[in-house]
Amino acid sequence: MKRLAMLTGLFLATAAAAGESTPVLTVYTYDSFATEWGPGPAIEAGFEAECGCDLRFVTAGDGAALLARLRMEGAGTAADVVVGLDQNLIAEASETGLFAPHGVTGGRLDLPVAWTDPVFLPFDWGYFAFVYDRTRLASPPASFRALAASDLSIVIQDPRSSTPGLGLLLWVRDAYGAGAASLWADLADNIVTVTPGWSEAYGLFLNGEADMVLSYTTSPAYHLIAEGDDSKAAAIFEEGHFLQVEVAARLQSSKQPALADRFLAYLMSDAAQSAIPTTNWMYPARTPSGGLPDGFAALPVPPRARMLPADAVPALREAALEEWREALSR
Amino acid sequence: MTRHWPGWLAVAAVLTAVGGSLLAVLVHAGGSGALGPADAAAIRFTLWQAALSALASVALAVPVARALARRRFGGRGLLVALLGAPFILPTVAAAFGLLAIFGQGGLVNDMLDALGFGRLSIYGPQGVILAHVFYNLPLAVRLLLQGWSAIPAERFRAAAALGFTTRDINRHLERPMLREVLPGAFLAVFLICLSSFSIALMLGGGPRATTVELAIYQAFRFDFDLGRAATLAAVQLCICGLASLLALWIAIPGAFGAGLGRQADRWDANEGWRRAADAALLAAVTVFLLAPVLAVAIAGLAALGELGRAALAAALRSLAVGACSALLAVAAALAIGTLAAGRRGLAGRLAEGAGMLPVVASPLVIGTGAFLLLRPLADTGDLALAVTALANALAALPFALRAIAPAAVRLQADYGRLADSLSLRGLSRLRHLVLPRLRPVLCFAFGLSAALSIGDLGVIALFGDPARATLPYHIQTLMGAYRMDAAAAATLLLLAVSFGVFLAFERLGRHDPDA
Repeated sequence: MKRLAMLTGLFLATAAAAGESTPVLTVYTYDSFATEWGPGPAIEAGFEAECGCDLRFVTAGDGAALLARLRMEGAGTAADVVVGLDQNLIAEASETGLFAPHGVTGGRLDLPVAWTDPVFLPFDWGYFAFVYDRTRLASPPASFRALAASDLSIVIQDPRSSTPGLGLLLWVRDAYGAGAASLWADLADNIVTVTPGWSEAYGLFLNGEADMVLSYTTSPAYHLIAEGDDSKAAAIFEEGHFLQVEVAARLQSSKQPALADRFLAYLMSDAAQSAIPTTNWMYPARTPSGGLPDGFAALPVPPRARMLPADAVPALREAALEEWREALSR
Repeated sequence: MTRHWPGWLAVAAVLTAVGGSLLAVLVHAGGSGALGPADAAAIRFTLWQAALSALASVALAVPVARALARRRFGGRGLLVALLGAPFILPTVAAAFGLLAIFGQGGLVNDMLDALGFGRLSIYGPQGVILAHVFYNLPLAVRLLLQGWSAIPAERFRAAAALGFTTRDINRHLERPMLREVLPGAFLAVFLICLSSFSIALMLGGGPRATTVELAIYQAFRFDFDLGRAATLAAVQLCICGLASLLALWIAIPGAFGAGLGRQADRWDANEGWRRAADAALLAAVTVFLLAPVLAVAIAGLAALGELGRAALAAALRSLAVGACSALLAVAAALAIGTLAAGRRGLAGRLAEGAGMLPVVASPLVIGTGAFLLLRPLADTGDLALAVTALANALAALPFALRAIAPAAVRLQADYGRLADSLSLRGLSRLRHLVLPRLRPVLCFAFGLSAALSIGDLGVIALFGDPARATLPYHIQTLMGAYRMDAAAAATLLLLAVSFGVFLAFERLGRHDPDA
C-alpha cells in the first residue's frame, strides 16, 4: 500500500514537471467544432505533433455564445485563440478591444468575396440556402419571390437565438432593402414554424414537417458523403446567397502570442483545411492542394455571393429584426 | 425557529443560489436594464399561455385522477407509472414525439388525409397549449392522485355504510380534498409553462410565441444586454412569487384525520355508464400521452445500431449527476416541507413559496451567474458536472416539494401532537415517524427528481465540454453534427435510463409503512 502511494506520488510529480515544461494553448471554440465528429480532434493531433505544446479546447454553444463568454471574461480570459465567430459578429467583437491582429500574412484565401481584415482570419465559409428533398419536391423555387408565391412550407431558425436565423434576416435585408418587410409578409404563410436553433429545424425537415429548411448549400454533401444518400439538394436563388464566413482570432491578452499565431497558421495549412469539408461541412477558406472531396466539387454554386460590410451589421440587424417580428406576428 | 433549522437552511440555500446568481449578473452588468415593448409583449404572452395551459391540464387531470382513484384493474399501477413518462421526456424529444403524431407529416394528419378530411395545423397557440397539456397532465394527475389516496380508506367505508351517492362523496370527501390539492397542482403547471422556451417557440409557430425565457436569451446573445436579461429574470421570479403566495393562500387543508393507510375500497360510482365513461377517458388519455412517447421510442429503436460508446459514457455521467441532484432535492424538499407543516403561519408559506422559486429561475441566468461567481475560484470546465448537479437539484426541488409538502402537512396534523407528547424529536422523529410514513412520497420525489435531472440539459451547455458531456448534452451535439439517427438512439437510451430510475423508485415506495 505504501509503495503504491509512493508510486502515485512519483507519477504525480513527473506529471507536474511535464506540465511545467509543455506550454498550454487554450482555444475557445463552439461545441460541434470540438466533438469527435468535428474538425477539433484532427487539428489537435496535427498541431500537437509539431508544436511541442498541449492544445486545449474550451467550448461554448455557438459563435454568439463564444463572444458573450469572452465579453464576460474580459482581459482576464484564459483563451489564447478563439475559433468560430462569424463575420456578423466582427463589429461587436472589434469593439471589445479584446482581439489582436494575427501574424498570418501571405497565402491566398479562396473566398467568393474580398477579405482584408487584419484581426479576424477566415478559416471556413458556406452559403446559406434552403435545402429540400428531391424525392418530395421536383421543381424547387428559384427565388425568394417564387418561394413566397408558392404554397411550399419552410422551417427557419429564430434570429434571436440562432446564427443561421440571423443570416437569413440579413440575407433578405441585403437582397430586398426597403422591400424586405413586404417579402417577409409574403413569406409568413410559408413558414411552418421557427425553431430556437439549427438542429431542431433540420430535424423537423428530415421528419417531413416542411418541404424546405434553412441550412447551407453544403448540407447535401453530408448526406451524400456520410450516408450515401443523394436525395437532398439546395435550392439556388437568383437573388444570390448570403455568406457565412467563420473566423478565428488571437486574444490581445494571450501570454504566448507567437504560439497563438503558429496555431492560426496551422489552421490555414493543408492538413487542417482538408479536414474541414467532411467534419464541419463547410468550404475550406484555403482550398487544400488535394482539392475538395468529391461530393463538394459537384455542389451547385450560387450566381452571386452576398455579404454585408461588418460595420454595417449592428445597425441593420436591429431594424431587420423589428420588421421580421412585425411581419410574422400578424 | 431552531427546531426547523434544516428547513431554514434549505430556504437560505435556495435564495442564495437563485438570488446570488441573479445578483452576480446584475453587478457584472452594472445595473438593471430597461424593458422594451417587445419584452412587455413577451411577458403578456407568457402569462396567458401559462394560465391557459395550467387550466386545461388541471381541468383534464381531475376526471382522469378520479377515474384512476376509483377503479381497480389489472396493470393499474403500471399504467399510473407509464402515464408519468411525458413529464420526464427532454423537451426537444417531447416536441419531436408530439409532431410525429400531430405534426404536418404526423399520424393524425395522415389519417385525416386518408379519410378525405382537411389537414390540421398544430402550429400556433393551440400547439403550445396541446404540448403543455401533454407535458404537464401527468404531473397534475399524480399530484391529484396523491390527494385522493390521502383520503383514508375508512372514510370511504363510512360513506358506503351511510349510503352516500357519487354526488355525496364528491361533496363531502373529494371537493374538500381538491380544495387542498388543486391550487398547488395548478401552480406547479403554471410555473413550468411560465419558463417554457423551446416548446413554446417550436410549436407556437414563430415570434408570436415569444416567451420571457426567449427574451432573456435575446438580451444575452443578440443584444448582449446582461442588465435587461437580469431584469427579465427578476420579473419572472416576481410572477412566480406572487402566484405561489396566492395558490398557497387559496389552498385549505382537508382535515380528513388519520387512517390506517390501507387501499380504499370503493362502493360508489358502480353504474355501468360511469364505469364505461371512466374506461373511455382512461383509454383516450393513455393514447394521447403514450403515442408520442412511443413515437420517440420507435425512432430510437430503428437507429439503435448508431448508439456509440460516448453515449453510454454520457449516460453513466448523467446517472451520477441525477443521483446527486435527487438526493439534494429530496433532502431540501423534506426540510422545507416539514418546516411549512410545522409553521402554518406566513413564515411557513413564505418558506414553501421560496422552494417554488427555482422552477422559473432562468437556467441561462443561473448558469451565467454561477459562471461569474465561480470563475475566480476554479476552472469552470472542471466544475461543469458539479454545477450541473446543483442546478438540476435546484430545478427539481419545486416538484419534490409539491410531492412532499402536502404529505408532510398531513403527517403533522395526524401525528404531530402525539409525537410531541412523546418528545419524539430530531433524528429519532425522522427515523421512526417521518421516513416510514413519508416513504412513498419520498421515493416518488427521489425518482422524479433523478429522472428530471437526467433528462435536463440544464446549465452544462453553457460551460460543459463535449468530452465530459451528460446524455442530454451529448444528444444536442449529435443533432448539431447532422447525426439525427444517432441522436434518436441516444434519446431512447435517455428515456430508458430516466424512466427506469423513476420506475425503480416508485416500486421502492410502494412498501407498506405498517408492515
